Amino acid sequence: MPVHDQSYRHYAGQRSLHGRAWWVIARTGILEQLRKRRFLALLLFAWSLFFVRAVQIYVSSSFAQASFLAPDAQTFREFLDQQRAFVFFVTIYVGAGLIADDRRANALQIYLSKPITRLEYVSGKLLTLVVFLVAVTWLPAVLLVLLQMVFSGGTGLLAAHPLLIPAITLACALQVAVAATTVLALSSLSRSRRFVAILYAGIVLFAAAMSQALRVTTGSRAWAWVSPQETVSVITDAIFGMSREPGLPLAIAVALVVALIAVSIAVLERRVRAVEVVG
Amino acid sequence: MNTDRSNRSDRSDRSDRSRSAVVLERVSVSYGRHVALRDVTAEFPPGAVGLLGPNGAGKSTLIKALLGLLPPAGGRMQVLGHDVQHSPRAIRARVGYMPESDAHIPGMNAVSFVAYCGELAGLPRANAMQRAHEVLFYVGLGEARYRNLETYSTGMKQRIKLAQALVHDPDLLFLDEPTNGMDPKGRDEMLALVRDIAANKGIALILSSHLLPDVEFTCEHVVVLDKGAIATQGPISALKGTTGPVFELRVKGDGQRFADVLRVEGIECHGDMNEVMRVFLPEGHGSELLFQLAARHGMQVRHLRPSVPTLEDVFARAIGGDP
Repeated sequence: MPVHDQSYRHYAGQRSLHGRAWWVIARTGILEQLRKRRFLALLLFAWSLFFVRAVQIYVSSSFAQASFLAPDAQTFREFLDQQRAFVFFVTIYVGAGLIADDRRANALQIYLSKPITRLEYVSGKLLTLVVFLVAVTWLPAVLLVLLQMVFSGGTGLLAAHPLLIPAITLACALQVAVAATTVLALSSLSRSRRFVAILYAGIVLFAAAMSQALRVTTGSRAWAWVSPQETVSVITDAIFGMSREPGLPLAIAVALVVALIAVSIAVLERRVRAVEVVG
Repeated sequence: MNTDRSNRSDRSDRSDRSRSAVVLERVSVSYGRHVALRDVTAEFPPGAVGLLGPNGAGKSTLIKALLGLLPPAGGRMQVLGHDVQHSPRAIRARVGYMPESDAHIPGMNAVSFVAYCGELAGLPRANAMQRAHEVLFYVGLGEARYRNLETYSTGMKQRIKLAQALVHDPDLLFLDEPTNGMDPKGRDEMLALVRDIAANKGIALILSSHLLPDVEFTCEHVVVLDKGAIATQGPISALKGTTGPVFELRVKGDGQRFADVLRVEGIECHGDMNEVMRVFLPEGHGSELLFQLAARHGMQVRHLRPSVPTLEDVFARAIGGDP
């Protein structure tokens, strides 16, 4: 074929087996986010508490007078609780447009006309968000554990709390799963990422305010079920073995979280289609 | 990476011109209570096949069903020898789809978008990028390949949709109204591309359109859909075929009455009876027959011009109206 010929040529190269499209989607989504300076600033800000805690751990390990600052399981529980705000912002920033943008640009029919399944598409989108949520929850928490071991020169913390890393992992997984599936389901309902962001923020903030108001009014912590975040908090306390005033039973909290995730998956199953069937 | 077709041992059936690209057996598709396709039985031979029909005939529905995106309520569909119900992914790996509506991945430039589509179709990253550049040059977007897709004109968006459908080198292309919204020059270029793909690149294609000239220019076969059912199908030349002469005719007076007279005499005619109608005379007759009939029924022939059978005639015959 002449060098100047820019006509169509057939492809006889390698083709991968089916099943890796989820990774292609996730990798592209992650790289796209990392190109945004504003998002990088948000990520950096989300790590600010990590640096504060790192200093706390260093001081408590280095100076006997500051031993009262030594971390325990409660410290990590509190750290995850404080990171909730960043989970909220990252969820909105990354998650709101994940499917809504594709719906706006009719991209679903492009995706689903390729040899990929709806499950792979949703998995790829979910992974994009999960990676960043893990980066602001599990990763700094586990790094803090490692820093404590480095600064103290021993594994005393893990010896005292052998289930600390599994507890951090489980609590983060719960927090991330609830946030990611919920925002993805909302994103599949609209063509506007702005609307999804407002809807998600509205639901989370309103539910938290309602839960708080009802708790103050009635004096009962049982109203935690009104807010998904509070419900997750009840389970996280149980995971870390923290005692809590009697309120929402753990079994009900778990059932509520499972139901929320199940509803989100059902919404995704119904909305992520190449052909919208009305009526 | 890119080779001539002769090296493609893994997908040798592309060159198998005897095998039907698509086979439909009593296929029905419904949207809720609305039946979009009803008992459709058809065969799409390799090469370029036009899928014709008025708006709402079920053309896009059929393509989406063939991609496995819409489950049929009944019947059996085969694409490139694969059963759609059992192997939709295997089919989509070998098929390219150019949707009717604007569709792209937001926030990407053309080359990233096409390469991304290649990767989704199973090409390794580096190969997908190289193919993206090549295909974009082929469809005429080489110079604009680094521009964001959201800045593209309608014509460019049509071309980018074709590029993403071609990037993984499919064996069969589904083109849904590929010239929608294009200016005359862009439309001609798009049709030339489509014809080149089918005629010179060995890629079978199904062109869905309601524009008869587009189909006539690019396709050898046609399947006409009307109200969710097959109205007619076959090679265009055979469907157009008529042994007698064809005329464009306009009469002074009640054209509809004259058309009825012609039909009673066994002469086929259609079109706008009060303006210019198309008249198909039986073999062995000439224009004098029309003058005789007009004179006998007190009509004046005001316009008579010899014509040739067109796809519009096939269409009008099939669905009993104007295209």
